[in-house]
Amino acid sequence: MTDLQDLYQELILDHNKRPRNFGTIDHPDCRAQGFNPLCGDRVDIFLMLEGGVIRDVRFEGKGCAISTASASIMTDAVKGKTIEQARALFEQFHDLLTVSSDDPIDAEALGKLAAFSGVRQYPARVKCATLAWHTLNAALKNQAQTISTE
Amino acid sequence: MNSAPRAITTPHHSTNTGAFDAERVRGDFPILRQKVNGRPLVYLDNAATSQKPRAVLDAMQHYYAADNANIHRGVHTLSVRATDAYEGARAKVQQFLGAQRPEEIVFVRSATEAVNLVANTWGRANLRPGDEVLITVMEHHSNIVPWQMLCAQTGAVLKVAPINDDGELLLDEFETLLKCGKTRIVAAAHVSNALGTINPVQEMVRLAHQGGAIIMLDGAQAASHMAVDVRALGCDFYAVSGHKMCGPTGIGALYGRYDLLNAMPPYQGGGDMILSVTFEKTTYNHVPYKFEAGTPNIAGTIGLGAAADYLRSIGMDAIAAWEHELLGYGTRVLRDIPGVRLIGTAKDKAAVLSFLVGDIHPHDVGTILDQQGIAIRTGHHCAQPVMDRFGIAATARASLAFYNTKQEIDALAAGIRKAIEVFGT
Repeated sequence: MTDLQDLYQELILDHNKRPRNFGTIDHPDCRAQGFNPLCGDRVDIFLMLEGGVIRDVRFEGKGCAISTASASIMTDAVKGKTIEQARALFEQFHDLLTVSSDDPIDAEALGKLAAFSGVRQYPARVKCATLAWHTLNAALKNQAQTISTE
Repeated sequence: MNSAPRAITTPHHSTNTGAFDAERVRGDFPILRQKVNGRPLVYLDNAATSQKPRAVLDAMQHYYAADNANIHRGVHTLSVRATDAYEGARAKVQQFLGAQRPEEIVFVRSATEAVNLVANTWGRANLRPGDEVLITVMEHHSNIVPWQMLCAQTGAVLKVAPINDDGELLLDEFETLLKCGKTRIVAAAHVSNALGTINPVQEMVRLAHQGGAIIMLDGAQAASHMAVDVRALGCDFYAVSGHKMCGPTGIGALYGRYDLLNAMPPYQGGGDMILSVTFEKTTYNHVPYKFEAGTPNIAGTIGLGAAADYLRSIGMDAIAAWEHELLGYGTRVLRDIPGVRLIGTAKDKAAVLSFLVGDIHPHDVGTILDQQGIAIRTGHHCAQPVMDRFGIAATARASLAFYNTKQEIDALAAGIRKAIEVFGT
Protein backbone atom coordinates (compact mmCIF):
# COMPACT_ATOMS: atom_id res chain seq x y z
CA MET A 1 0.00 0.00 0.00
CA THR A 2 1.38 3.37 -0.96
CA ASP A 3 1.28 6.03 1.67
CA LEU A 4 -1.44 8.63 1.27
CA GLN A 5 1.13 11.24 2.22
CA ASP A 6 2.97 10.46 -1.05
CA LEU A 7 -0.07 11.74 -2.90
CA TYR A 8 -1.37 14.39 -0.55
CA GLN A 9 1.88 16.11 0.27
CA GLU A 10 1.79 19.20 2.51
CA LEU A 11 2.49 21.50 -0.42
CA ILE A 12 -0.47 20.08 -2.35
CA LEU A 13 -2.83 20.35 0.62
CA ASP A 14 -1.67 23.94 1.15
CA HIS A 15 -2.21 25.02 -2.47
CA ASN A 16 -5.60 23.29 -2.45
CA LYS A 17 -6.66 25.24 0.60
CA ARG A 18 -5.11 28.55 -0.48
CA PRO A 19 -4.81 28.51 -4.25
CA ARG A 20 -2.38 31.14 -5.60
CA ASN A 21 -3.26 33.32 -8.59
CA PHE A 22 -6.92 32.39 -8.19
CA GLY A 23 -9.29 34.67 -10.05
CA THR A 24 -9.87 36.15 -13.47
CA ILE A 25 -8.11 38.69 -15.68
CA ASP A 26 -10.48 41.25 -17.20
CA HIS A 27 -9.04 41.53 -20.68
CA PRO A 28 -6.72 38.57 -21.06
CA ASP A 29 -4.54 38.16 -24.13
CA CYS A 30 -5.72 34.61 -24.29
CA ARG A 31 -7.80 32.22 -22.24
CA ALA A 32 -9.12 28.68 -22.35
CA GLN A 33 -11.45 26.45 -20.41
CA GLY A 34 -10.57 22.89 -19.47
CA PHE A 35 -13.06 20.21 -18.52
CA ASN A 36 -12.71 16.69 -17.21
CA PRO A 37 -15.95 14.94 -18.13
CA LEU A 38 -15.15 12.03 -15.83
CA CYS A 39 -15.41 14.03 -12.64
CA GLY A 40 -16.93 17.30 -13.82
CA ASP A 41 -13.84 19.33 -12.91
CA ARG A 42 -13.47 22.65 -14.71
CA VAL A 43 -10.63 25.15 -14.91
CA ASP A 44 -10.40 28.52 -16.68
CA ILE A 45 -6.94 29.89 -17.46
CA PHE A 46 -6.34 33.60 -18.22
CA LEU A 47 -3.04 34.88 -19.64
CA MET A 48 -1.31 38.21 -20.20
CA LEU A 49 1.62 37.93 -22.60
CA GLU A 50 4.42 40.36 -23.39
CA GLY A 51 6.97 39.64 -26.08
CA GLY A 52 6.60 35.90 -25.77
CA VAL A 53 6.76 36.01 -21.99
CA ILE A 54 3.90 35.07 -19.64
CA ARG A 55 3.54 38.32 -17.71
CA ASP A 56 0.49 37.24 -15.68
CA VAL A 57 -1.57 34.09 -15.34
CA ARG A 58 -4.64 33.43 -13.24
CA PHE A 59 -7.10 30.57 -12.93
CA GLU A 60 -10.61 29.87 -11.76
CA GLY A 61 -12.53 26.68 -11.43
CA LYS A 62 -13.69 23.81 -9.33
CA GLY A 63 -11.88 20.58 -8.85
CA CYS A 64 -10.29 18.05 -6.56
CA ALA A 65 -7.24 18.77 -4.42
CA ILE A 66 -4.87 17.42 -7.05
CA SER A 67 -6.30 19.51 -9.89
CA THR A 68 -6.65 22.69 -7.80
CA ALA A 69 -3.14 22.43 -6.38
CA SER A 70 -1.75 21.60 -9.80
CA ALA A 71 -3.34 24.71 -11.32
CA SER A 72 -2.11 26.84 -8.44
CA ILE A 73 1.49 25.59 -8.50
CA MET A 74 1.50 25.74 -12.31
CA THR A 75 0.58 29.43 -12.33
CA ASP A 76 3.43 30.15 -9.92
CA ALA A 77 5.80 28.08 -12.01
CA VAL A 78 5.10 29.60 -15.43
CA LYS A 79 4.76 33.25 -14.46
CA GLY A 80 7.70 35.16 -15.94
CA LYS A 81 8.66 32.24 -18.18
CA THR A 82 8.72 32.37 -21.98
CA ILE A 83 6.07 30.37 -23.81
CA GLU A 84 8.77 27.90 -24.90
CA GLN A 85 9.99 27.49 -21.32
CA ALA A 86 6.43 26.90 -20.11
CA ARG A 87 5.87 24.23 -22.75
CA ALA A 88 9.13 22.53 -21.86
CA LEU A 89 8.09 22.54 -18.21
CA PHE A 90 4.79 20.87 -19.13
CA GLU A 91 6.72 18.15 -20.93
CA GLN A 92 8.89 17.55 -17.88
CA PHE A 93 5.83 17.57 -15.65
CA HIS A 94 4.01 15.14 -17.91
CA ASP A 95 7.01 12.81 -17.85
CA LEU A 96 7.02 12.99 -14.07
CA LEU A 97 3.43 11.72 -13.95
CA THR A 98 3.74 9.00 -16.54
CA VAL A 99 7.17 7.43 -16.14
CA SER A 100 7.72 4.39 -13.96
CA SER A 101 7.95 5.17 -10.26
CA ASP A 102 11.41 3.53 -10.25
CA ASP A 103 12.86 6.19 -12.54
CA PRO A 104 14.67 9.06 -10.86
CA ILE A 105 13.11 12.51 -11.14
CA ASP A 106 14.89 15.78 -11.86
CA ALA A 107 13.71 17.55 -8.73
CA GLU A 108 15.83 20.61 -9.43
CA ALA A 109 14.31 21.31 -12.84
CA LEU A 110 10.81 20.65 -11.57
CA GLY A 111 10.99 22.70 -8.39
CA LYS A 112 7.67 22.63 -6.54
CA LEU A 113 6.13 20.57 -9.32
CA ALA A 114 8.07 17.60 -7.93
CA ALA A 115 5.42 17.47 -5.19
CA PHE A 116 3.23 15.67 -7.71
CA SER A 117 5.59 12.69 -8.02
CA GLY A 118 3.18 10.62 -5.92
CA VAL A 119 0.45 10.95 -8.55
CA ARG A 120 2.13 8.42 -10.83
CA GLN A 121 1.17 5.72 -8.34
CA TYR A 122 -2.47 6.65 -8.93
CA PRO A 123 -3.13 6.32 -12.67
CA ALA A 124 -6.77 7.33 -12.17
CA ARG A 125 -5.60 10.74 -10.91
CA VAL A 126 -3.06 11.71 -13.60
CA LYS A 127 -5.73 13.58 -15.55
CA CYS A 128 -6.53 15.64 -12.48
CA ALA A 129 -2.92 16.83 -12.33
CA THR A 130 -2.63 17.61 -16.05
CA LEU A 131 -5.98 19.37 -16.62
CA ALA A 132 -4.62 22.85 -15.86
CA TRP A 133 -1.54 22.27 -18.02
CA HIS A 134 -3.55 21.07 -21.00
CA THR A 135 -5.73 24.12 -20.59
CA LEU A 136 -2.70 26.41 -20.43
CA ASN A 137 -1.44 24.83 -23.63
CA ALA A 138 -4.81 25.46 -25.27
CA ALA A 139 -4.80 29.09 -24.10
CA LEU A 140 -1.30 29.56 -25.54
CA LYS A 141 -2.55 28.19 -28.83
CA ASN A 142 -5.36 30.72 -28.53
CA GLN A 143 -7.97 28.02 -28.74
CA ALA A 144 -11.21 29.54 -27.65
CA GLN A 145 -13.10 26.30 -27.33
CA THR A 146 -13.41 24.12 -24.25
CA ILE A 147 -10.74 21.50 -24.10
CA SER A 148 -11.35 18.11 -22.62
CA THR A 149 -9.14 15.54 -20.97
CA GLU A 150 -10.96 12.81 -22.88
CA MET B 1 -34.42 -32.10 -23.60
CA ASN B 2 -30.92 -32.67 -24.86
CA SER B 3 -28.80 -31.09 -22.23
CA ALA B 4 -25.39 -32.00 -20.90
CA PRO B 5 -25.16 -32.57 -17.15
CA ARG B 6 -24.96 -29.29 -15.33
CA ALA B 7 -22.40 -28.44 -12.72
CA ILE B 8 -24.15 -25.41 -11.39
CA THR B 9 -24.19 -24.63 -7.73
CA THR B 10 -27.72 -24.35 -6.55
CA PRO B 11 -28.12 -21.57 -4.02
CA HIS B 12 -30.15 -22.66 -1.06
CA HIS B 13 -30.56 -19.71 1.19
CA SER B 14 -33.14 -19.77 3.84
CA THR B 15 -35.17 -16.61 3.72
CA ASN B 16 -37.90 -17.48 6.17
CA THR B 17 -35.81 -17.37 9.34
CA GLY B 18 -36.16 -13.63 9.68
CA ALA B 19 -32.50 -12.60 9.92
CA PHE B 20 -30.64 -12.24 6.64
CA ASP B 21 -27.38 -14.13 6.55
CA ALA B 22 -25.18 -11.76 4.54
CA GLU B 23 -22.01 -13.64 5.50
CA ARG B 24 -23.36 -16.82 3.96
CA VAL B 25 -24.43 -15.01 0.80
CA ARG B 26 -20.95 -13.50 0.48
CA GLY B 27 -19.62 -17.03 0.09
CA ASP B 28 -21.36 -17.15 -3.30
CA PHE B 29 -19.20 -14.28 -4.62
CA PRO B 30 -15.57 -15.31 -5.28
CA ILE B 31 -14.46 -11.72 -5.96
CA LEU B 32 -15.32 -10.58 -2.45
CA ARG B 33 -12.63 -12.83 -0.95
CA GLN B 34 -9.67 -10.58 -1.66
CA LYS B 35 -7.62 -7.76 -0.25
CA VAL B 36 -7.21 -4.44 -1.99
CA ASN B 37 -4.31 -2.23 -0.94
CA GLY B 38 -3.71 -4.58 1.97
CA ARG B 39 -7.25 -4.41 3.35
CA PRO B 40 -10.26 -6.67 2.83
CA LEU B 41 -12.19 -5.45 -0.21
CA VAL B 42 -15.26 -3.43 0.76
CA TYR B 43 -17.25 -3.19 -2.45
CA LEU B 44 -19.76 -0.34 -2.28
CA ASP B 45 -20.08 0.52 -5.97
CA ASN B 46 -23.02 -1.70 -6.77
CA ALA B 47 -24.97 0.97 -8.63
CA ALA B 48 -22.11 1.07 -11.15
CA THR B 49 -22.00 -2.70 -11.42
CA SER B 50 -22.82 -5.57 -9.11
CA GLN B 51 -20.59 -8.54 -8.44
CA LYS B 52 -21.28 -11.98 -9.92
CA PRO B 53 -22.16 -15.08 -7.94
CA ARG B 54 -20.58 -18.46 -8.71
CA ALA B 55 -23.90 -19.64 -10.20
CA VAL B 56 -23.66 -17.01 -12.96
CA LEU B 57 -19.98 -17.69 -13.66
CA ASP B 58 -20.68 -21.44 -13.79
CA ALA B 59 -23.64 -21.07 -16.14
CA MET B 60 -21.57 -19.09 -18.63
CA GLN B 61 -18.59 -21.39 -18.27
CA HIS B 62 -20.83 -24.38 -18.82
CA TYR B 63 -22.29 -22.90 -21.97
CA TYR B 64 -18.89 -22.28 -23.52
CA ALA B 65 -17.40 -25.56 -22.27
CA ALA B 66 -20.31 -27.85 -23.16
CA ASP B 67 -23.07 -26.26 -25.26
CA ASN B 68 -21.49 -23.55 -27.44
CA ALA B 69 -23.25 -23.27 -30.81
CA ASN B 70 -25.26 -20.71 -32.72
CA ILE B 71 -28.93 -20.58 -31.91
CA HIS B 72 -32.20 -20.77 -33.86
CA ARG B 73 -30.58 -22.27 -36.93
CA GLY B 74 -28.84 -25.58 -36.38
CA VAL B 75 -30.32 -29.06 -36.48
CA HIS B 76 -27.39 -30.42 -34.54
CA THR B 77 -27.47 -31.24 -30.86
CA LEU B 78 -25.30 -28.41 -29.57
CA SER B 79 -27.38 -25.84 -31.41
CA VAL B 80 -30.52 -27.26 -29.88
CA ARG B 81 -28.95 -27.11 -26.41
CA ALA B 82 -27.72 -23.56 -26.95
CA THR B 83 -31.16 -22.51 -28.21
CA ASP B 84 -32.84 -24.16 -25.24
CA ALA B 85 -30.49 -22.38 -22.83
CA TYR B 86 -31.00 -19.03 -24.59
CA GLU B 87 -34.78 -19.29 -24.69
CA GLY B 88 -34.72 -20.71 -21.17
CA ALA B 89 -33.05 -17.49 -20.04
CA ARG B 90 -35.87 -15.53 -21.68
CA ALA B 91 -38.38 -17.48 -19.61
CA LYS B 92 -36.36 -16.82 -16.46
CA VAL B 93 -36.27 -13.08 -17.10
CA GLN B 94 -39.98 -13.16 -17.96
CA GLN B 95 -40.72 -14.77 -14.59
CA PHE B 96 -38.32 -12.44 -12.80
CA LEU B 97 -40.13 -9.37 -14.14
CA GLY B 98 -43.61 -10.85 -14.03
CA ALA B 99 -44.24 -10.48 -17.76
CA GLN B 100 -47.20 -12.33 -19.23
CA ARG B 101 -45.37 -13.96 -22.15
CA PRO B 102 -41.72 -14.73 -22.92
CA GLU B 103 -42.05 -12.85 -26.24
CA GLU B 104 -42.39 -9.67 -24.23
CA ILE B 105 -38.71 -9.93 -23.24
CA VAL B 106 -36.27 -8.55 -25.84
CA PHE B 107 -32.58 -9.12 -25.18
CA VAL B 108 -30.38 -6.09 -25.75
CA ARG B 109 -26.84 -5.07 -24.84
CA SER B 110 -27.78 -2.92 -21.87
CA ALA B 111 -30.52 -0.87 -20.29
CA THR B 112 -29.12 1.97 -22.38
CA GLU B 113 -29.81 0.03 -25.55
CA ALA B 114 -33.31 -0.77 -24.32
CA VAL B 115 -34.06 2.96 -24.10
CA ASN B 116 -32.50 3.56 -27.50
CA LEU B 117 -34.55 0.74 -28.99
CA VAL B 118 -37.82 2.23 -27.80
CA ALA B 119 -36.81 5.75 -28.86
CA ASN B 120 -35.71 4.59 -32.30
CA THR B 121 -38.61 2.26 -33.07
CA TRP B 122 -41.71 3.27 -31.14
CA GLY B 123 -40.55 6.88 -30.96
CA ARG B 124 -39.80 7.47 -34.62
CA ALA B 125 -42.97 5.69 -35.68
CA ASN B 126 -45.24 7.59 -33.33
CA LEU B 127 -43.92 11.05 -32.54
CA ARG B 128 -44.98 14.09 -34.55
CA PRO B 129 -43.82 17.70 -34.28
CA GLY B 130 -45.23 19.27 -31.13
CA ASP B 131 -45.71 15.97 -29.31
CA GLU B 132 -44.04 15.80 -25.92
CA VAL B 133 -41.70 13.35 -24.23
CA LEU B 134 -41.73 13.63 -20.43
CA ILE B 135 -38.74 12.65 -18.31
CA THR B 136 -37.64 13.68 -14.80
CA VAL B 137 -34.72 15.72 -13.45
CA MET B 138 -33.21 12.64 -11.82
CA GLU B 139 -32.66 10.63 -15.00
CA HIS B 140 -29.37 8.98 -15.90
CA HIS B 141 -27.89 10.39 -19.12
CA SER B 142 -28.97 7.18 -20.83
CA ASN B 143 -32.60 8.12 -20.23
CA ILE B 144 -32.11 11.71 -21.39
CA VAL B 145 -29.90 11.70 -24.46
CA PRO B 146 -31.84 9.12 -26.55
CA TRP B 147 -35.00 11.22 -26.07
CA GLN B 148 -33.17 14.45 -26.94
CA MET B 149 -31.96 12.78 -30.13
CA LEU B 150 -35.47 11.54 -30.87
CA CYS B 151 -36.92 15.02 -30.31
CA ALA B 152 -34.32 16.52 -32.65
CA GLN B 153 -35.29 13.99 -35.30
CA THR B 154 -39.05 14.27 -34.97
CA GLY B 155 -39.72 17.83 -33.83
CA ALA B 156 -41.14 16.55 -30.55
CA VAL B 157 -40.45 18.50 -27.35
CA LEU B 158 -38.63 17.18 -24.26
CA LYS B 159 -40.27 18.12 -20.94
CA VAL B 160 -38.70 17.55 -17.53
CA ALA B 161 -40.58 16.97 -14.28
CA PRO B 162 -38.88 18.64 -11.29
CA ILE B 163 -37.84 17.23 -7.89
CA ASN B 164 -37.71 18.67 -4.38
CA ASP B 165 -34.66 19.18 -2.14
CA ASP B 166 -34.91 15.62 -0.83
CA GLY B 167 -34.68 14.33 -4.37
CA GLU B 168 -38.33 13.30 -4.61
CA LEU B 169 -40.38 13.73 -7.75
CA LEU B 170 -42.93 16.53 -7.51
CA LEU B 171 -45.93 14.44 -8.45
CA ASP B 172 -48.24 17.47 -8.77
CA GLU B 173 -45.91 19.04 -11.34
CA PHE B 174 -45.62 15.68 -13.07
CA GLU B 175 -49.40 15.52 -13.32
CA THR B 176 -49.63 19.12 -14.55
CA LEU B 177 -47.12 18.40 -17.32
CA LEU B 178 -49.29 15.49 -18.43
CA LYS B 179 -52.49 17.52 -18.38
CA CYS B 180 -51.66 19.41 -21.56
CA GLY B 181 -52.46 16.18 -23.37
CA LYS B 182 -49.46 16.45 -25.66
CA THR B 183 -47.32 13.86 -23.85
CA ARG B 184 -46.98 10.70 -25.89
CA ILE B 185 -44.40 8.89 -23.78
CA VAL B 186 -43.07 9.19 -20.23
CA ALA B 187 -39.58 7.83 -19.54
CA ALA B 188 -38.54 7.71 -15.90
CA ALA B 189 -36.19 5.93 -13.55
CA HIS B 190 -37.78 3.42 -11.19
CA VAL B 191 -34.86 4.17 -8.83
CA SER B 192 -32.46 7.11 -9.20
CA ASN B 193 -28.82 6.00 -9.53
CA ALA B 194 -27.41 9.21 -8.08
CA LEU B 195 -29.89 9.79 -5.23
CA GLY B 196 -31.43 6.40 -4.50
CA THR B 197 -34.96 7.82 -4.73
CA ILE B 198 -37.59 5.18 -5.39
CA ASN B 199 -40.12 6.88 -7.62
CA PRO B 200 -43.85 6.39 -7.03
CA VAL B 201 -44.01 4.39 -10.23
CA GLN B 202 -47.45 2.90 -9.66
CA GLU B 203 -48.93 6.38 -9.45
CA MET B 204 -46.79 7.62 -12.34
CA VAL B 205 -48.08 4.82 -14.56
CA ARG B 206 -51.65 5.70 -13.63
CA LEU B 207 -51.12 9.40 -14.34
CA ALA B 208 -49.33 8.74 -17.61
CA HIS B 209 -52.11 6.51 -18.88
CA GLN B 210 -54.74 8.93 -17.66
CA GLY B 211 -52.97 11.61 -19.69
CA GLY B 212 -53.04 9.41 -22.79
CA ALA B 213 -49.32 8.62 -22.75
CA ILE B 214 -47.42 5.37 -22.54
CA ILE B 215 -44.67 4.97 -19.96
CA MET B 216 -41.23 3.40 -20.00
CA LEU B 217 -39.50 2.71 -16.69
CA ASP B 218 -35.73 2.48 -16.42
CA GLY B 219 -35.30 -0.34 -13.93
CA ALA B 220 -31.49 -0.54 -14.06
CA GLN B 221 -31.21 0.47 -10.39
CA ALA B 222 -34.33 -1.33 -9.19
CA ALA B 223 -34.39 -4.86 -10.56
CA SER B 224 -31.79 -6.37 -8.23
CA HIS B 225 -32.97 -4.50 -5.15
CA MET B 226 -36.73 -5.09 -4.98
CA ALA B 227 -39.44 -7.28 -6.42
CA VAL B 228 -40.53 -5.95 -9.80
CA ASP B 229 -43.82 -7.02 -11.38
CA VAL B 230 -44.39 -5.28 -14.68
CA ARG B 231 -47.97 -6.51 -14.91
CA ALA B 232 -48.84 -5.21 -11.46
CA LEU B 233 -47.13 -1.92 -12.33
CA GLY B 234 -48.96 -1.75 -15.63
CA CYS B 235 -46.03 -0.03 -17.33
CA ASP B 236 -45.62 -0.29 -21.09
CA PHE B 237 -41.85 -0.78 -21.21
CA TYR B 238 -39.34 -1.70 -18.53
CA ALA B 239 -35.55 -1.77 -19.02
CA VAL B 240 -33.06 -3.79 -17.00
CA SER B 241 -29.29 -4.10 -17.08
CA GLY B 242 -27.73 -7.54 -16.68
CA HIS B 243 -24.53 -6.46 -15.00
CA LYS B 244 -26.34 -4.40 -12.39
CA MET B 245 -28.32 -7.47 -11.29
CA CYS B 246 -25.47 -9.92 -10.71
CA GLY B 247 -25.31 -10.91 -14.38
CA PRO B 248 -22.55 -10.28 -16.91
CA THR B 249 -21.85 -7.08 -18.82
CA GLY B 250 -23.05 -6.65 -22.39
CA ILE B 251 -26.56 -7.94 -21.77
CA GLY B 252 -29.79 -6.28 -20.77
CA ALA B 253 -33.46 -6.83 -21.34
CA LEU B 254 -36.37 -4.77 -22.50
CA TYR B 255 -39.84 -5.73 -21.38
CA GLY B 256 -42.49 -4.41 -23.71
CA ARG B 257 -46.24 -4.99 -23.81
CA TYR B 258 -46.86 -7.50 -26.57
CA ASP B 259 -49.28 -5.39 -28.58
CA LEU B 260 -46.86 -2.44 -28.52
CA LEU B 261 -43.85 -4.54 -29.53
CA ASN B 262 -45.88 -6.18 -32.26
CA ALA B 263 -46.85 -2.85 -33.78
CA MET B 264 -43.34 -1.41 -33.63
CA PRO B 265 -40.99 -1.41 -36.63
CA PRO B 266 -37.77 -3.42 -36.28
CA TYR B 267 -34.69 -1.97 -34.60
CA GLN B 268 -31.65 -3.21 -36.53
CA GLY B 269 -31.61 -5.24 -39.72
CA GLY B 270 -29.80 -8.53 -40.08
CA GLY B 271 -30.02 -12.25 -39.55
CA ASP B 272 -32.57 -13.79 -37.17
CA MET B 273 -34.90 -10.79 -37.41
CA ILE B 274 -36.33 -11.90 -40.77
CA LEU B 275 -38.70 -14.56 -42.01
CA SER B 276 -37.72 -14.24 -45.67
CA VAL B 277 -35.47 -11.99 -47.69
CA THR B 278 -35.48 -11.22 -51.38
CA PHE B 279 -33.98 -8.13 -52.97
CA GLU B 280 -37.52 -6.89 -53.56
CA LYS B 281 -39.01 -7.50 -50.14
CA THR B 282 -38.11 -8.69 -46.67
CA THR B 283 -40.63 -10.10 -44.23
CA TYR B 284 -39.71 -9.48 -40.62
CA ASN B 285 -39.68 -12.12 -37.94
CA HIS B 286 -42.12 -12.14 -35.04
CA VAL B 287 -41.69 -10.48 -31.67
CA PRO B 288 -39.17 -10.61 -29.99
CA TYR B 289 -36.83 -11.85 -32.77
CA LYS B 290 -37.74 -8.83 -34.88
CA PHE B 291 -35.63 -6.82 -32.43
CA GLU B 292 -32.74 -9.26 -32.07
CA ALA B 293 -30.76 -8.99 -35.30
CA GLY B 294 -27.55 -10.96 -35.59
CA THR B 295 -26.10 -13.64 -33.36
CA PRO B 296 -26.92 -12.40 -29.87
CA ASN B 297 -24.83 -12.44 -26.71
CA ILE B 298 -25.76 -16.06 -25.98
CA ALA B 299 -23.40 -16.61 -23.05
CA GLY B 300 -24.37 -13.26 -21.54
CA THR B 301 -28.06 -14.06 -21.89
CA ILE B 302 -27.57 -17.41 -20.18
CA GLY B 303 -25.63 -15.61 -17.44
CA LEU B 304 -28.49 -13.13 -17.05
CA GLY B 305 -30.97 -16.00 -16.74
CA ALA B 306 -28.79 -17.57 -14.04
CA ALA B 307 -28.60 -14.22 -12.25
CA ALA B 308 -32.40 -13.91 -12.26
CA ASP B 309 -32.67 -17.43 -10.81
CA TYR B 310 -30.01 -16.67 -8.22
CA LEU B 311 -31.75 -13.49 -7.06
CA ARG B 312 -35.08 -15.30 -6.88
CA SER B 313 -33.50 -18.08 -4.83
CA ILE B 314 -32.43 -15.53 -2.24
CA GLY B 315 -35.76 -13.76 -2.50
CA MET B 316 -36.34 -10.21 -3.66
CA ASP B 317 -38.31 -9.32 -0.55
CA ALA B 318 -35.52 -10.60 1.71
CA ILE B 319 -32.99 -8.62 -0.35
CA ALA B 320 -35.09 -5.45 -0.14
CA ALA B 321 -35.53 -5.84 3.63
CA TRP B 322 -31.81 -6.37 4.29
CA GLU B 323 -30.77 -3.49 2.04
CA HIS B 324 -33.31 -1.27 3.76
CA GLU B 325 -31.77 -2.15 7.10
CA LEU B 326 -28.29 -1.39 5.73
CA LEU B 327 -29.57 1.93 4.36
CA GLY B 328 -30.97 2.93 7.73
CA TYR B 329 -27.75 1.96 9.47
CA GLY B 330 -25.56 3.69 6.88
CA THR B 331 -27.65 6.85 7.01
CA ARG B 332 -27.29 7.05 10.81
CA VAL B 333 -23.56 6.30 10.74
CA LEU B 334 -22.79 8.88 8.04
CA ARG B 335 -24.93 11.55 9.70
CA ASP B 336 -22.86 11.07 12.87
CA ILE B 337 -19.73 12.23 11.07
CA PRO B 338 -19.36 16.02 11.35
CA GLY B 339 -19.25 17.67 7.93
CA VAL B 340 -20.93 14.83 6.03
CA ARG B 341 -23.93 15.92 4.00
CA LEU B 342 -26.22 13.39 2.37
CA ILE B 343 -27.51 14.23 -1.12
CA GLY B 344 -30.79 12.44 -1.71
CA THR B 345 -32.92 12.01 1.36
CA ALA B 346 -36.17 10.75 -0.11
CA LYS B 347 -38.55 9.01 2.26
CA ASP B 348 -38.79 6.07 -0.14
CA LYS B 349 -35.21 5.22 -0.94
CA ALA B 350 -33.02 2.39 -2.18
CA ALA B 351 -29.68 1.68 -0.51
CA VAL B 352 -27.70 4.47 -2.15
CA LEU B 353 -25.70 6.89 0.01
CA SER B 354 -24.62 9.90 -2.03
CA PHE B 355 -22.66 12.32 0.12
CA LEU B 356 -20.23 15.19 0.44
CA VAL B 357 -17.52 15.48 3.10
CA GLY B 358 -17.00 19.12 4.09
CA ASP B 359 -15.36 20.79 1.12
CA ILE B 360 -13.18 17.80 0.29
CA HIS B 361 -13.67 16.94 -3.36
CA PRO B 362 -15.36 13.54 -3.86
CA HIS B 363 -12.44 12.41 -6.01
CA ASP B 364 -10.09 12.87 -3.09
CA VAL B 365 -12.49 11.04 -0.78
CA GLY B 366 -12.60 8.20 -3.31
CA THR B 367 -8.83 7.89 -3.51
CA ILE B 368 -8.43 7.89 0.26
CA LEU B 369 -11.15 5.23 0.64
CA ASP B 370 -9.55 3.14 -2.11
CA GLN B 371 -6.33 3.14 -0.16
CA GLN B 372 -8.29 1.38 2.57
CA GLY B 373 -9.76 -1.19 0.20
CA ILE B 374 -13.13 0.57 -0.07
CA ALA B 375 -14.61 0.95 -3.56
CA ILE B 376 -17.11 3.76 -4.06
CA ARG B 377 -18.04 5.89 -7.05
CA THR B 378 -17.17 9.55 -7.25
CA GLY B 379 -18.30 12.07 -9.82
CA HIS B 380 -21.57 13.11 -11.42
CA HIS B 381 -22.82 9.52 -11.85
CA CYS B 382 -23.87 10.20 -15.45
CA ALA B 383 -26.62 12.40 -14.01
CA GLN B 384 -25.32 15.94 -14.47
CA PRO B 385 -28.79 17.55 -14.34
CA VAL B 386 -29.23 16.06 -10.84
CA MET B 387 -25.90 17.54 -9.77
CA ASP B 388 -26.98 20.91 -11.24
CA ARG B 389 -30.26 20.67 -9.34
CA PHE B 390 -28.31 20.44 -6.07
CA GLY B 391 -25.74 23.04 -7.17
CA ILE B 392 -22.85 20.61 -6.92
CA ALA B 393 -20.41 19.14 -9.45
CA ALA B 394 -20.05 15.69 -7.97
CA THR B 395 -20.73 13.45 -5.01
CA ALA B 396 -19.16 10.42 -3.40
CA ARG B 397 -21.57 7.52 -3.64
CA ALA B 398 -21.69 4.29 -1.67
CA SER B 399 -24.29 2.00 -3.24
CA LEU B 400 -25.11 -1.18 -1.39
CA ALA B 401 -26.10 -4.70 -2.31
CA PHE B 402 -27.51 -7.59 -0.29
CA TYR B 403 -24.00 -9.03 0.18
CA ASN B 404 -22.85 -5.92 2.06
CA THR B 405 -22.65 -5.88 5.84
CA LYS B 406 -22.86 -3.37 8.67
CA GLN B 407 -19.14 -3.95 9.32
CA GLU B 408 -18.47 -2.69 5.81
CA ILE B 409 -20.46 0.45 6.54
CA ASP B 410 -18.35 0.90 9.67
CA ALA B 411 -15.24 0.59 7.47
CA LEU B 412 -16.69 3.28 5.17
CA ALA B 413 -17.26 5.58 8.13
CA ALA B 414 -13.70 5.02 9.38
CA GLY B 415 -12.43 5.76 5.87
CA ILE B 416 -14.35 9.02 5.71
CA ARG B 417 -12.92 10.04 9.09
CA LYS B 418 -9.46 9.28 7.69
CA ALA B 419 -10.15 11.61 4.74
CA ILE B 420 -11.17 14.35 7.15
CA GLU B 421 -7.95 13.77 9.07
CA VAL B 422 -5.78 13.98 5.93
CA PHE B 423 -7.42 17.21 4.83
CA GLY B 424 -7.56 18.66 8.30
CA THR B 425 -11.08 20.00 7.90
